[in-house]
Amino acid sequence: MENFLAAAVAAAMPLLFATLGELITEKAGNLNLGVEGMMYMGAVIGFKAGFETGSPLLAVLGAFAAGAFGAAIYAFLTVALRANQVVTGLTLTIFGTGFAYFVGKGMSGLPAPQVVRDFFMPVSVPGLSGLPLVGKPLFQQSVLTYFGYVLTVALAAYLKKAKAGLNLKAVGENAAAADASGINVMFYKYAHIIAGGGLCGVGGGFMSLVAIPVWQEGLIAGRGWIAVALVIFASWQPVKALLGAFLFGGLSILGFWLQSVGINISQYLVEMIPYIATILIVVVSTRKNRKEDMAPADIGNAYFREER
Amino acid sequence: MQNTAIQMNNITKSFGSLAANENVNFTVFNGEVHALLGENGAGKSTLMNMLSGIYSPDSGSIFVNGEAVRFSSPKDSIALGIGMIHQHFKLIDVLTAKENIIIGQKGSFFTKGKALSTKIKKLSDEYGLDINPDKKVYDMPVGEKQALEIIKVLYRGANILILDEPTAVLTPQEIKKLFNIIRNMREKGCAIVIITHKLGEVMEISDRITILRRGRSIGTVATKETEVPSLIEMMVGKKVDLSIKKRKSENNEELLVLDEVTVLDGEKKQALKSVSFSLHAGEILGVAGVAKSGQKELCESIAGLVPAEKGRIFFNGENILGKSPGEIIKMGIRMGFIPEDRLGMGLVAGMDIVHNIILKDYQGQKGVFLKRGPCVQKAERIVDSLSILTPSVFTPVKKLSGGNIQKVLLGREIDSDPKVLITAYPVRGLDIGASYKIYDLLGEQKERGAGVLFVGEDLDVLMELCDRVMVLCDGRVTGIVDPDKVTKEDIGLLMTGMSERRRADDQNR
Repeated sequence: MENFLAAAVAAAMPLLFATLGELITEKAGNLNLGVEGMMYMGAVIGFKAGFETGSPLLAVLGAFAAGAFGAAIYAFLTVALRANQVVTGLTLTIFGTGFAYFVGKGMSGLPAPQVVRDFFMPVSVPGLSGLPLVGKPLFQQSVLTYFGYVLTVALAAYLKKAKAGLNLKAVGENAAAADASGINVMFYKYAHIIAGGGLCGVGGGFMSLVAIPVWQEGLIAGRGWIAVALVIFASWQPVKALLGAFLFGGLSILGFWLQSVGINISQYLVEMIPYIATILIVVVSTRKNRKEDMAPADIGNAYFREER
Repeated sequence: MQNTAIQMNNITKSFGSLAANENVNFTVFNGEVHALLGENGAGKSTLMNMLSGIYSPDSGSIFVNGEAVRFSSPKDSIALGIGMIHQHFKLIDVLTAKENIIIGQKGSFFTKGKALSTKIKKLSDEYGLDINPDKKVYDMPVGEKQALEIIKVLYRGANILILDEPTAVLTPQEIKKLFNIIRNMREKGCAIVIITHKLGEVMEISDRITILRRGRSIGTVATKETEVPSLIEMMVGKKVDLSIKKRKSENNEELLVLDEVTVLDGEKKQALKSVSFSLHAGEILGVAGVAKSGQKELCESIAGLVPAEKGRIFFNGENILGKSPGEIIKMGIRMGFIPEDRLGMGLVAGMDIVHNIILKDYQGQKGVFLKRGPCVQKAERIVDSLSILTPSVFTPVKKLSGGNIQKVLLGREIDSDPKVLITAYPVRGLDIGASYKIYDLLGEQKERGAGVLFVGEDLDVLMELCDRVMVLCDGRVTGIVDPDKVTKEDIGLLMTGMSERRRADDQNR
């Protein structure tokens, strides 16, 4: 059981980073459906940076930069040029996937360097990893996983307590009102879309550096889309995003686990579970009543001050 | 000479080919209430949006406290002490009052709850505003939202306040309160600009008045030295007869009876609660109430567009509840509803007048193909009789001005000689002349023997035009009164549901 939970937590992390990234993007009033593409860009550039330099830190930074670059294109098109957010995001997914396949062409099937893999091996947190049941799954993980925990708490505090977080909410809820209140709407949108894209990139990097430290095509396998749904599931709250990521991490490895304990179900059926669960969750969680749990009201709308 | 707070010289601003402001001059002193008066589309809001940094002028110069300024964003104007209270409140619904006040403010990284609440409390006491810092905006009634907007700008240290149509959504009592707050601020030396087209309020509150017409500044006058008719002449550019003829009708049988009608809105809340009343032939029954008190649901349930949860609606003794809108139209009940965005309902913007008329007529025709001829004649007849300004009957309605669009809509409904005519906000966004033309049309319908249900916003008009006024508050009928026997304040009380028990005795005349 502990092994299953530990594997579930590890499988949750790419989803967590991508979900948090999309979450702050949507808080700024932009729906970026390019998560899948940005994860691919992060995965391939992170892998390549680690492969070329042997530095785990540069690998993660590379993944972040690649995702941020994809998001910057999206931000310029949707914020400055006021292009349709849905279409632009979808295009970014196609672009990112193609970009990754192109860059990763010669590296297919190669593993990440030993030094990088060692760096991301699970390490125990003294004291905490000894807790019953949850100790090992939660606190014997890769350093990047711990970073994910810290990031979740930090973002939750940012949105709830910080003035900048309040301003961000205002931008996503009603850009015109935020502007009239003296908030620099463009700055907030660019900063959070680009940082959010960077996090999606790190989510992709987690796949190619930590989860399966090998570059291969089809690596992301729809996780970007699950992340988009998880944002809705999480009601735009970071802590709930972490819980949602754990749940989906568990669902995604359920097949292996069932086989390992000797239960035989068709592998194809089991692999469908996360995607079916995604559909169910979106259906169920759109039936919310509290205003605070709903999507930022101004999402999807381009903002232009002088519009009449 | 008083201190000049704002001076705007030769301001010009165009949107595409439309010049919203052309060489406008505007000066406000400290310690005065200055009314900016003009019809819809005269450029009042555009001018003030330039002062608050939302638009930037194409040419011209702005001086604040004697210094030339150039705003690149609202932030710059806030920094100079200019605060604007917008017609459509710029508040974030899901945030609390407190949070709405501090957004966009400089300060420490984390928000400080306690100190802020104390400061808000102090400000609200000082100016007599009533506000709960921890209440979410979506829980607030409009009056409180407006108080919040005012505190928000005061908190930012504003001493030049711009109020864009602040009274449009308020009851007479709330307006009185607002005016006291405004006077309070004037005492403290603030400069206050109030945008409105309600002349009574202008005369009551302002010290000076600047009139705009079609984007140009016509003149500035001292309130004490002017009178309403001359203000109207400056606004419209010609003399306008502002009397509503109260016509008489012989016929007064009961046409439409609503019996305990309850209607749910989209969120399954009761939008109408056991509403009962009757509409007689040859009368105009006014419907008053603050916005969203159930007016829309009332009109739509009679027209068969929304199903009623409970109750019965009789037309000439026959229950019409459950009939389709088409069947109800055939029985002679017509509705003209002018929503806030005007074109949203009733007409198809991209289609011409003829086709918009066919829209309601083709079902009566036989055969597969449309007969256009009669509809063209009908369109021409409507255009003539209502003097609609249009290049031809084949012009898409979206190219007409607001007033003319509304005349097309109303003309189409009236042309079929309806027995019951339901109109909601028919003068919304119209200039004064066109408004009175519409009132006259409604009067004609009444004289002809139709029963007219008139949902309106302006209490003065409702009281002058209608034979009886029904007041809605939160989906309930709080009273049906004879406008000759009550005051505006009485109706205001009913609008807030304060005097539920005080139903007037003339409910059944």
